[in-house]
Amino acid sequence: MEDKLFTYLWRHSRAEQFRVMAVVLCSLPFYYLLLDLPKLIVNGPIQGKGFEEGAATYFGITLPGWLSGATLFEGFTYTQLQALFVLSGVFLSLVIVNGLFKLRINTMKGRMGERLLRRLRYDLVDRVLRFPPSHFRKTKPAEVASMVKDEVEPIGGFIGEAIATPLFLGGQALTALIFILVQSFWLGLVAFAVVLIQGIIIPRMRRPILALGRKRQLQARELAGRVAEICEGASDIHALDTSNYERADVSRRLGSIYDIRFEIYQRKFFVKFLNNFLAQVTPFIFYSVGGYLAIMGDLSIGQLVAVIAAYKDLPAPIKDLIDWDLQRHDVQIKYEQVIEQFNPEGLTDAALQAPADEPVPPLAGDVSAFHATIMDDSGTRLLDAVSFTFPLAAHVAFMGPPGGGKEVAAAMLARQLVPRSGTLTIGGIALASAPESLTGRRISYVTHDSFVLPHTIRENLLYGLKNQPLGSSARSAAEEAVHQARLAETIRAGNAPYDPDAQWIDFALLGCTSPDGIDAALVRVLETVLLTDDVFRLGLQGRIDADEAPELAGRILEARRDLKERLTARGTPELVEPFDVHRFNRQASIGENLLFGTPVGPAFAHAGLAENGFVIGILRETGLEERLIDTGRQIAETMLELFRDLPPDHPFFAQYSFIAADELPSFQQILQRAGRTGLTASDRARLLTLAFAYVDARHRLGLVDDSLRGAILSARALISGRLPENLKGAIAFHNAQEFNEASSVEDNILFGRVAYGVPDAQTIVSNLLFEAIKAMGLEPQVLRIGLDFQAGSAGKRLSPAQRQKLALARVLLKDPDLLIVNGALVVLDPREAREVMERVLKARKGKGVVWTLTGTSLPPAFDRALEFSGGRLPDTRAGQGEAGISQAAK
Amino acid sequence: MSINEEVEALRRVPFFAAVDPAKIKLLAFASEQQSFAAGATIFREGDPGDAAYLLLEGEAAVMAAAPDGLHKVASIPRNAFLGEIAILCNIPRTATVVAAEPIRALKIGKDAFLQLMRDVPQIAFELMRELAVRLDETTDRLREAQARLKKAGMA
Repeated sequence: MEDKLFTYLWRHSRAEQFRVMAVVLCSLPFYYLLLDLPKLIVNGPIQGKGFEEGAATYFGITLPGWLSGATLFEGFTYTQLQALFVLSGVFLSLVIVNGLFKLRINTMKGRMGERLLRRLRYDLVDRVLRFPPSHFRKTKPAEVASMVKDEVEPIGGFIGEAIATPLFLGGQALTALIFILVQSFWLGLVAFAVVLIQGIIIPRMRRPILALGRKRQLQARELAGRVAEICEGASDIHALDTSNYERADVSRRLGSIYDIRFEIYQRKFFVKFLNNFLAQVTPFIFYSVGGYLAIMGDLSIGQLVAVIAAYKDLPAPIKDLIDWDLQRHDVQIKYEQVIEQFNPEGLTDAALQAPADEPVPPLAGDVSAFHATIMDDSGTRLLDAVSFTFPLAAHVAFMGPPGGGKEVAAAMLARQLVPRSGTLTIGGIALASAPESLTGRRISYVTHDSFVLPHTIRENLLYGLKNQPLGSSARSAAEEAVHQARLAETIRAGNAPYDPDAQWIDFALLGCTSPDGIDAALVRVLETVLLTDDVFRLGLQGRIDADEAPELAGRILEARRDLKERLTARGTPELVEPFDVHRFNRQASIGENLLFGTPVGPAFAHAGLAENGFVIGILRETGLEERLIDTGRQIAETMLELFRDLPPDHPFFAQYSFIAADELPSFQQILQRAGRTGLTASDRARLLTLAFAYVDARHRLGLVDDSLRGAILSARALISGRLPENLKGAIAFHNAQEFNEASSVEDNILFGRVAYGVPDAQTIVSNLLFEAIKAMGLEPQVLRIGLDFQAGSAGKRLSPAQRQKLALARVLLKDPDLLIVNGALVVLDPREAREVMERVLKARKGKGVVWTLTGTSLPPAFDRALEFSGGRLPDTRAGQGEAGISQAAK
Repeated sequence: MSINEEVEALRRVPFFAAVDPAKIKLLAFASEQQSFAAGATIFREGDPGDAAYLLLEGEAAVMAAAPDGLHKVASIPRNAFLGEIAILCNIPRTATVVAAEPIRALKIGKDAFLQLMRDVPQIAFELMRELAVRLDETTDRLREAQARLKKAGMA
């Protein structure tokens, strides 16, 4: 990228800048005319000069004397009043014309600025995508993001102004100045002198402010980085009790930012004072000197009015020009600062990332390293002149002690690390200069912190196949027109013309010809990494839209009946207590029993229930309110008794308590108030919330008796019977014959609650549920719903083990020629990790795998092992696998 | 069935006797009450030991596998505590226990039990004493058995 801002914008916006300039130049004559007209109006029609004979001629065009002095156009003749209105009319049209010019120029500038800002941001992100992987260890994501987002913003704003503004403002100022000079030489000279002072002194005084501004920006950026660090390290800060140290650090940074800002503030307002003074002192001269000249008769009143009017317009452009210069300076520095950060050594050549023109040929032959050396930033040799060769199709274990070099070697094979010296080839192709379309498609790499996108599991799996657009997306004619317009703009801004809506997924890689076959391929890789059960469970927790899939909803209802039959056939119908509108469900909470449905939205959910006026009204009517508050009080008392002495981070709180550790003291106060002064409205709501969560069969505090059950049933009937219009959609009532859209697939099939107190009830019911789903042929659908589960930001809604399996499944789906698994399953328990490994190796029979292993014994599934130690490769071992391969290896 | 009954039963277990009642109640609260029909298996030999049980009602039987099926080798009375060894040292169940009659038991999860032991070291101490007594008994029986074997070998 160009290191000077002006070079950058000249290169990318030259043509547009010229166009703006042309419009600016066209506008200037009109501006001059606008200045000139008041003089004509005052001197002519108003003062009556030239109307001595009753009429005067206007708009005649006569060539200057030195150009023959011929009259080109006679002009029009008007009476004094006619002239006044005609000239005023012309003045009005000139105002409009000037305004339109301004509008046009501003629009052009704005568009040019936005276009260049888009280009600049794109260029920056493009560079981030080309950063060498090692560079990310030195950069803070928050800083890079804030540079792309915030710091270039003013640059974009300035780009439109960069060339047009000085031209426009300078032209305006010059026009005004020339106009004044023409009217009166001396007044013009005074105006010129003031302008000169403003133009020289003020910018000089502003320079230090700029320097301070830069300093402020750097410190603000560091502060942003520190805040991000605090967020990332939050748990360690608590664990180490260093929060006060962090406070001290942040406070010091804020302090120095304050100092800088205050200094800026002081200087800025002094400059402002001076500027205002200079602007005001000139009218003083005009009034006094100009007035003197007018009185003496050297200047007509019309001229004086016009001069003062012209001068009124002079400071504004001058001030803007000074501002422009300041902004130029500021933005230039910002640009340089930003560019500096985006120019790391070893930036990937853009050509290496270009989409492949033709299908990428599979790799074949040997993986071979010769004297490959890798160093870290401090010059330590992580890998020291290592040489090895093995057939691409072999299954190779990289072994040795942690830090011995196996991880580095694996990362090197995936081009995550670039050898300082030595060569690395796969099938005779040098890895260092191979295009990313080859390394990224024929080689797959997965490590322990592989990134999970905040999308669905399905999108995460398919992400690795989105290498380049393969076909265009179907659009209507209208959509296509919009798309083409956008594409044209995209190209104008120098952005990549790829269409994100196009068909990116390479179905051929999945062995299927259409999008419909995808799921089978997805399920296959899920199976390999033992993720199917998890996805199935997520699918059970998922919801479906019955209107969109009425057939599926119908089959889920059938599965509901099927499960019931299975439970009865087993002789254990009591394992699931079904929802029955006339019966209290002992396995469900008081709140659930009251609602007899699934809340939709916040009105009836959790804490909302105890604050819902409609519900409270019914509780009061049925006499339940006081009873339930009393139940809540008893729960609170028991919780206080049980949990009072436990430390706040005790695991029991999360698992068993109704009340979070930090809320215990406030409940203690509530109980005290209950005894003495009486409860406040919010106390009552909080106690009710406790009672609503209580399940007698589970919590066994003996707080629910038959009369309470009866009262809850009558309140239930009132709630559904009297539900006001505005809350109609807020509860999806249980109905044995209907699908409940607000409930999960599992809850729809269960249609009830699994009984507490029956040994293994949960497991037995889960198994029966699974059988029912299988019997209805619903398994693929449930898996599909599971695949649509949102993984959350950075995959936080999945467990760490699920994330690692998902990352492995993603690369398996690519079916690469070489799969590199670098400590990618560290959070799995060893037994499961081993099973996944064996399944992956089996699935990839005949295709290359490199796997880093921590143990010392080589599992038989591997063809051979490389044992790294101290960054070297003391000797190699052949595995018990195919002897032929290991012999061919060296 | 309220939690207080469980607390009473727990307090009758020797190594819980001296523990603060609030802690016992907490353990009961963190546990789960389960009902077994007569003949139902409480746990099977070889299963992972994930919980201990306190028999609140009914009697259980310890079964041992023989070539012709399971045989009752001992019975466990009401209010007995069982299965605690497996959760202490992470070993699989050493025997199969079934309900001899309809049983109600308090199932105490391994995590809850170990957590309580960490919070109240006194329980660990009492438990150690209990295990030492059992070990002493077992050693006695072993010695007896060895003596008998010896006698049989000499005869």
